Amino acid sequence: MTWTSLNAGAATPEIFLLIAVCAVLLIDLFVSDAKRHVTYLLTLGALAVTACLLVNGLAQPPQLAFSGMFVQDPLAGVAKLAMVLGAALVFIYGRAYAEARGLFRGELFTLSLFSLLGMMVMASAMNFVTLYVGLELQSLAMYALIALNRDNVQSSEASMKYFVLGALASGLLLYGMSMVYGASQSLDVLTIAHNITAGGANRVLSVFGLVFIVVGIGFKLGAVPFHMWMPDVYQGAPTPVAQLIGTSSKVAAFVFILRILAESLQGFAPDWSQMLMLMAVLSLALGNITAIAQSNIKRMFAFSAIAHMGFVLLGIMVGNPYGYGAAFFYSITYLLTSAAGFGLIMLMSRAGFEADRIDDFKGLNQRSPWFAFMMLIVMFSMAGVPVFVGFFAKLAILKAVVSMGLTWLAVYGVLMSLIGGFYYLRVVKVMYFDEAEDTHPIVAGIDARAILSVNCLLLLVLGLMPDRLMYLVTAAITHSIVQM
Amino acid sequence: MLTLTHYLVLSAILFAISVFGIFVNRKNLIVLLMAIELMLLAVNMNFVAFSQFLGNASGQVFVFFILTVAAAESAIGLAILVVLFRNLRSINVEDLGSLKG
Amino acid sequence: MDMKTIYLLIPLAPLFGALVAGLFGWAISRRVAHTVTIAGVAVACGLSLYTLNYLLHGGASYNEPVYNWLTINGVDFNVGFLVDKLTAMMMCVVTFVSLMVHIYTIGYMAEDPGYNRFFSYISLFTFSMLMLVMSNNFVQLFFGWEAVGLVSYLLIGFWFKRPTATFANLKAFLVNRVGDFGFLLGIGLVLGHFGSLDYAAVFAKAPELKDATITIFAGHPWSLLSLTCILLFVGAMGKSAQFPLHVWLPDSMEGPTPISALIHAATMVTAGIFMVTRMSPLFELSDTALNFILVIGSITALFMGFLGIIQDDIKRVVAYSTLSQLGYMTVALGVSAYSVAVFHLMTHAFFKALLFLGAGSVIMGMHHDQNIRNMGGLRKYMPITWITSLIGSLALIGTPFFSGFYSKDSIIDAVSTSHLPGAHFAYFAVVAGVFVTAFYSFRMYFLVFHGQSRWMEAKPHHAHADAHHAPAAHGAHAGDDHAAHGDDHEEHHGLGPNDKPHESPWVVTLPLILLAIPSALIGFFAIQPMLFGDFFKGVIFVNNEAHPAMEELAHEFGGAAEMGLHAFAGLPVWLALAGVVLSYVFYILKPELPKAVGKFFSSIGVTKLLENKYYMDFLYINVFAAAGRALGTVLWKVGDALLIDGLVVNGAARLVQFFSFVVRRVQTGYIYHYAFAMILGALVMITLWIGIPLYGAMH
Repeated sequence: MTWTSLNAGAATPEIFLLIAVCAVLLIDLFVSDAKRHVTYLLTLGALAVTACLLVNGLAQPPQLAFSGMFVQDPLAGVAKLAMVLGAALVFIYGRAYAEARGLFRGELFTLSLFSLLGMMVMASAMNFVTLYVGLELQSLAMYALIALNRDNVQSSEASMKYFVLGALASGLLLYGMSMVYGASQSLDVLTIAHNITAGGANRVLSVFGLVFIVVGIGFKLGAVPFHMWMPDVYQGAPTPVAQLIGTSSKVAAFVFILRILAESLQGFAPDWSQMLMLMAVLSLALGNITAIAQSNIKRMFAFSAIAHMGFVLLGIMVGNPYGYGAAFFYSITYLLTSAAGFGLIMLMSRAGFEADRIDDFKGLNQRSPWFAFMMLIVMFSMAGVPVFVGFFAKLAILKAVVSMGLTWLAVYGVLMSLIGGFYYLRVVKVMYFDEAEDTHPIVAGIDARAILSVNCLLLLVLGLMPDRLMYLVTAAITHSIVQM
Repeated sequence: MLTLTHYLVLSAILFAISVFGIFVNRKNLIVLLMAIELMLLAVNMNFVAFSQFLGNASGQVFVFFILTVAAAESAIGLAILVVLFRNLRSINVEDLGSLKG
Repeated sequence: MDMKTIYLLIPLAPLFGALVAGLFGWAISRRVAHTVTIAGVAVACGLSLYTLNYLLHGGASYNEPVYNWLTINGVDFNVGFLVDKLTAMMMCVVTFVSLMVHIYTIGYMAEDPGYNRFFSYISLFTFSMLMLVMSNNFVQLFFGWEAVGLVSYLLIGFWFKRPTATFANLKAFLVNRVGDFGFLLGIGLVLGHFGSLDYAAVFAKAPELKDATITIFAGHPWSLLSLTCILLFVGAMGKSAQFPLHVWLPDSMEGPTPISALIHAATMVTAGIFMVTRMSPLFELSDTALNFILVIGSITALFMGFLGIIQDDIKRVVAYSTLSQLGYMTVALGVSAYSVAVFHLMTHAFFKALLFLGAGSVIMGMHHDQNIRNMGGLRKYMPITWITSLIGSLALIGTPFFSGFYSKDSIIDAVSTSHLPGAHFAYFAVVAGVFVTAFYSFRMYFLVFHGQSRWMEAKPHHAHADAHHAPAAHGAHAGDDHAAHGDDHEEHHGLGPNDKPHESPWVVTLPLILLAIPSALIGFFAIQPMLFGDFFKGVIFVNNEAHPAMEELAHEFGGAAEMGLHAFAGLPVWLALAGVVLSYVFYILKPELPKAVGKFFSSIGVTKLLENKYYMDFLYINVFAAAGRALGTVLWKVGDALLIDGLVVNGAARLVQFFSFVVRRVQTGYIYHYAFAMILGALVMITLWIGIPLYGAMH
């Protein structure tokens, strides 16, 4: 086996990122606390180069590497770009937050980058082994990140919960994988798909494995009833980490699902489609309804994320490139929206003040009309108010669902979104119509402010011109998913 | 004569024990970590059994990966446990309930 | 520069000016604001003239989408331009009048605190109007339609501290809603039955659907095209202030005078005329719709003229004459003389803008006294305003060789050749209208510029009172006018006993002169090519067999000069002369006569009818609006507050909230419960997908 036959060039971004993380890790050892921004800049630089490499790879035709264990295709490319962007936003928005809490340390950067590397591997994995290793790399780094605030009880509690439940979910996923392995005689995604369509797989064994795999996937995505960790982790984790979980990690989970369900187990599409539908229906209801009772905005985001993932599941459930495209579009725009939401929370916070209660947003319009307007855009986009991008994302999903003949499901989705509108609009109401309780000026760096403004305005611009992005993600899907 | 089914049943029993260990145990967090290890071992047994039965080596390769990851996972789990104990002064599962609702 | 760039530049240049003056109005000086906006409009005007010239010399028409906004179910929603000679002519008229008004505004609004805002609005208006006329599809047409409406409302309510202005504003908005409702339904029918929003595609498909019917009430199939055309025309009735949706236009005079000239006389209100002309391939197929248009137009043309006679506010006189002239254009549309309607639209744009700007100049000279009874003899003090206003009035009443004559006479001739059932009434209306027009126009002219100067006797601070002889609902505001007015300036004052009127500055008189030239001459030069040449060939579609008006006109036409001479053998010119003479007798020779005549008309109730504007406002406010309010109150109290809010909305919200707090309890915070939920989920799935199928297979 030679370097060329490995085709390691396909993994250039990952290889670069790995080297970069190691370099950041080493350099950080020699950087004093006062000069920690060197690490910050290095990290952003590493992300920028990774992004460039990814863009470069987008132009190339899909290719397998490492004996078929790794694939470089447009789906992975676009998803990884979104994840890298999500991670960069985490650092930019989270910088001041981390500095004020003593979290601005090398661990934050290296662990986040390792987690990102794991996500990237997940997105490109073409074998159960690589899928699993990517997943674990992402999760293990995440467990540690959540507990980054060592002296905080809630952080460590959240970390422990996530760890135990995550390990349980991994165990269930692996158990499912072992069943599928037994039934289809391979760990390779494409070979499994081939063997299943050729009829060489035991149906009972496969579906048995499929159930466990769906459970593991549901956990990653945060779908009901495997969602219990989400609110606690969102609330307990330091906000930048919660942002990473809420943004990049969801896109990674989406691609992960496509690799397993749409590419390897498409022979059982009728079965998993039903399972996803069940989870989606439950997620939409529970996420939206429970969010109403929340007073902590991060917790509210968690429940809203559960509902949003219900929508993503609806798209995947459709089971054709049209639905996958809609779900992909949804994931990416959700990444942008929720990054802006977390960013606003962080920019409003300061040392000793988390700004994570909904009441902390009271009268924001009087304190800073611009921030209030940004939050309004985020809330409207999440609620799916027309013109904002969230509307088009939901519309695309619902259209895909209707095209499948499941009109009742689309109506149900709209109904649940209406309920969801209630708690989003409550934030808007609090910002614009209530008296401010907190009169501290909002201090935020000009860089973070500027990027946050661009991020929020992007939600509006993408809402006005959704077709470019929609075209990009649909093309990525159609050029990547092999239809048997 | 031991057949594949025997191995699968055994691993299913181990798996079930570990799952019960996770949600029936309400006392010690360390037991949770042990249950997780057991669960991974049950999976490993499945893989090895299938691998042997199918004459396909990749399942056994996967087992090595799982073992390695499991080691890392235990390390991180114990580290989190230490951090938790420092803050909470307890490793009782029932004391872990401040985040809820 | 290729033509596409030019066409993009034409609307975008005013938009740029509007944005600069609007968004940065707080930061820039007045000088910068008017320079930028005027430059923008001047660029648009120059390029429009270039475009017209290009098309006249054989340049090809342009019909392309420039931006795809979205596609739904295969229907494109585009931004696109259709630039043919009709468009080019409209572009020239719009940008030229707009440019004049921009320049005029420098003088007129000099003291106003909202100077920059005003410039921003009028440039925005120019942009919107250009988007409207340049559109090649219904979506953009509707966008422009609503955008010009928006700016119009903004400007009617420009002095938003004045209660009458906000009332007028609301009225214009509501009445236009009625029209737009029809318009939108019409567009909906087009989309539904033609499957496209693109003009070319719709027109191409129209003949196929000539006999299509649509059943709205069972058993009564209606012609699809007639219904569509009438609905579209209802939109035009709102925008072009046709009876019975005309009531907003006189009240819109609450806005600053330059706006009255630009929006409420020359351009926006003619959008309806333009739209019907653009849709001629549709309207030609429906005699029903044409007849409807004809009757509405005739009513407007004649009866709105009567109202002009009793007005004392100089702007209201011109406003009613605008209504009446719009009626003329509509009549021309009704008899399929689209080119004549557009021709009249063009000449009217020039002379009516001139008259309005002249009225504005008079108002400035009189220190914002608008009552013509307080004027008189102004020609000595304001010579330029006097001469230009005279030219405008002569054009308006149709004096031979002036522009208005050619267009108006052509309309009358076209009506006389029509065979539609309503043509007789229409003919009577337009001919009688000539007399009425001449009478009230020269009544105003004589009262303002000739006779004795009366401002010495006039009581200042009373000037505005009779601008508000309005129905009860807003008449109530008239009393507290002054208390509420605050800092705006176009009101009260009037001349003191020792003041004298003065001629306006050059920025005001220059536009007057520039507008006077086309008002006098353009008819003579343009009639031949526009009506009888092939200027509108391929643009306007006329079914000559069914509607031969244009053909017969062309048959009789023997050149512009001959037409002018020939007019003296016809009735209209003499009627106009009679009107002028009568007004001379009434207001110069025997000023006591009108009172006697007035007494007679009062005794038979006519005056009261006219003063109350045929009770249309009364009908709308006290009948429709009041009934609507009463119904609304009942529905609100019972339907909304009790049933919907109480039971459905709040009830549902309470139910959801209740669930929310229950479900929240499930999130206990304990790992073993979380893990249990996951295992339970897995077990349920195994049961559903393995257990039940296996059980089924075994039995």
